[in-house]
Amino acid sequence: MELPVIAQEAPKAGGCSAGSCGSSATQMNGMSDEIRVRVQDHPCYSEDAHHYFARMHVAVAPACNIQCHYCNRKYDCANESRPGVVSELLTPDQAVKKTLAVAATIPQMTVLGIAGPGDPLANPERTFETFRQLAAKAPDIKLCVSTNGLALPDHVEELAKHNIDHVTITINCVDPDVGAKIYPWIFWKNKRIHGREAAAILIERQQQGLEMLVAKGILVKVNSVLIPGVNDEHLKEVSKIVKAKGAFLHNVMPLIAEAGHGTFYGIMGQRSPNPAELKNLQDACEGDMNMMRHCRQCRADAVGLLGEDRGDEFTMDKIEAMEIDYEAAMAVRAELRAKVTAELDAKRQKAKAAHAPAAPQVVQFMPHPQKLALAGPRSGIPGRQSPARRVLMAVAGKGGLVAVHFGHAKEFLVYEASAAGAKFVGHRKAEQYCAGDETCGDGESVLDRTIKALDGCEVVLCSKIGFEPWGNLEAAGIAPNGEHAMEPIEEAVMAVWHEMLAAGKLEPKPSTAKCA
Amino acid sequence: MALEIIESCVNCWACAPLCPNQAIYEAAPPHFPHFLIDADKCTECVGDFADAQCVAICPIEGAILDELGVEMNPPGSLTGIPPERWAAAQAEIAAR
Repeated sequence: MELPVIAQEAPKAGGCSAGSCGSSATQMNGMSDEIRVRVQDHPCYSEDAHHYFARMHVAVAPACNIQCHYCNRKYDCANESRPGVVSELLTPDQAVKKTLAVAATIPQMTVLGIAGPGDPLANPERTFETFRQLAAKAPDIKLCVSTNGLALPDHVEELAKHNIDHVTITINCVDPDVGAKIYPWIFWKNKRIHGREAAAILIERQQQGLEMLVAKGILVKVNSVLIPGVNDEHLKEVSKIVKAKGAFLHNVMPLIAEAGHGTFYGIMGQRSPNPAELKNLQDACEGDMNMMRHCRQCRADAVGLLGEDRGDEFTMDKIEAMEIDYEAAMAVRAELRAKVTAELDAKRQKAKAAHAPAAPQVVQFMPHPQKLALAGPRSGIPGRQSPARRVLMAVAGKGGLVAVHFGHAKEFLVYEASAAGAKFVGHRKAEQYCAGDETCGDGESVLDRTIKALDGCEVVLCSKIGFEPWGNLEAAGIAPNGEHAMEPIEEAVMAVWHEMLAAGKLEPKPSTAKCA
Repeated sequence: MALEIIESCVNCWACAPLCPNQAIYEAAPPHFPHFLIDADKCTECVGDFADAQCVAICPIEGAILDELGVEMNPPGSLTGIPPERWAAAQAEIAAR
């Protein structure tokens, strides 16, 4: 199917029907048409697909052959959401059953990934048995795998055989001296190897695996964890190298490090990057590479659209009770996919026809709500078009509209407004301070944390807002705005920006920019 | 001569396939979920490998003991976190 080229054109309708996103049309910049077609219904790789299509991970791979300083193998907490964390380890048979159950219940589910909780290729029997069964029983599901790369060269043949067309390799460095600060050890040829020697072997295997996959025509995405002071500058070089070798997408993710997670970095006080650092690095890499902008750093057992997790609906005891007619489900799934594809095509055509200004889409990740020290409003691309200031605005949005009550927002979409238009720049998680009677005792501190998470934003748009948070937001220098309820987000953001402009509030004032 | 896996095992399955003697097995309740070593089968890999394989891949400090009860991977040896630093962080978290 022919896909219109949407790069260079801002999407007409902003926001996200999943209620959460990192919309970026230019994410697919520079991809060949062939690759674009291959990833167009993959929620993790295609910007607009992630509003419509869902993914799931099955946790069949517990063993790992390396240790990373951002991982702790002891933790499997239901309340934690981060890679490497799962609640229920599955056998391949259970994983297949779960996948079929989810696919029948959530027809939007197009992609099944094995991502852990250990390294999938350090558990080759369990991983490939799952793939083998699914390829036979559910040929309409795309299969993906992620790996640290150590065992990758040994399994490329097998991956190709199972028709896996996307592999993610986590590559945090190409220099063993950097690697020695990230990987304390690897298990290699029946020995535990430490330090620089371990990193050198791992790096060599990752690069070899990447080359072998590309040679086989398997799509490779590279994940990198941004660790301030350890590999931040170095990731620019990583990006250049993996692109030169044929990776089609680079996903730089912020380090998640908290003492409570029990990881080396968490305990030793290694900080996570702030949004400005992440954005700067992604921008720096973007010249060389397609950068992924809407990753949500899912758990290794996540189920559903990106940004949501319906794993609780599919615990093994619930699945055992389900009757699944996969033949019938496949028909429903095919129908839905055809409908969504038509809808997406129409949307892409519309976007193409709209000829919106070619504002470069810059999206930053939302690492840790508690640690947010936001980029200043002037942190975008400097000095273009108008001397009027760029303004960061947080939006309690849903379905592309300013549709959520401030106190009910699970996250805020952050837009940068300027003369060039409204540009999505990231999402900030918020705790819901107004969650009902049971949690109200803690209300004030939660509200304070939410306001902290919005630091750097000058306006917050929402459908409604209570009296108390209104006052607190104003005191924090953030203007609450409930006047654009149910309006399309980008229009509302621009309306507010123009009001500020007319009121003379947008004179450049660099001294007030809050930089992290 | 045999090694022992204790309850701090997180059931990650890394060790079991490496054992040259198939001495490692999944415990039945009440010990489940973790692995155990059949002391009659364990040779500590002598004659097969330079290092005991379960010890060489286990990610959990203190989860495998030798026959004298000594931790084969003592605190700090795998994560690089100094034990006193770990203790201090746990105390701080508990006090929150």
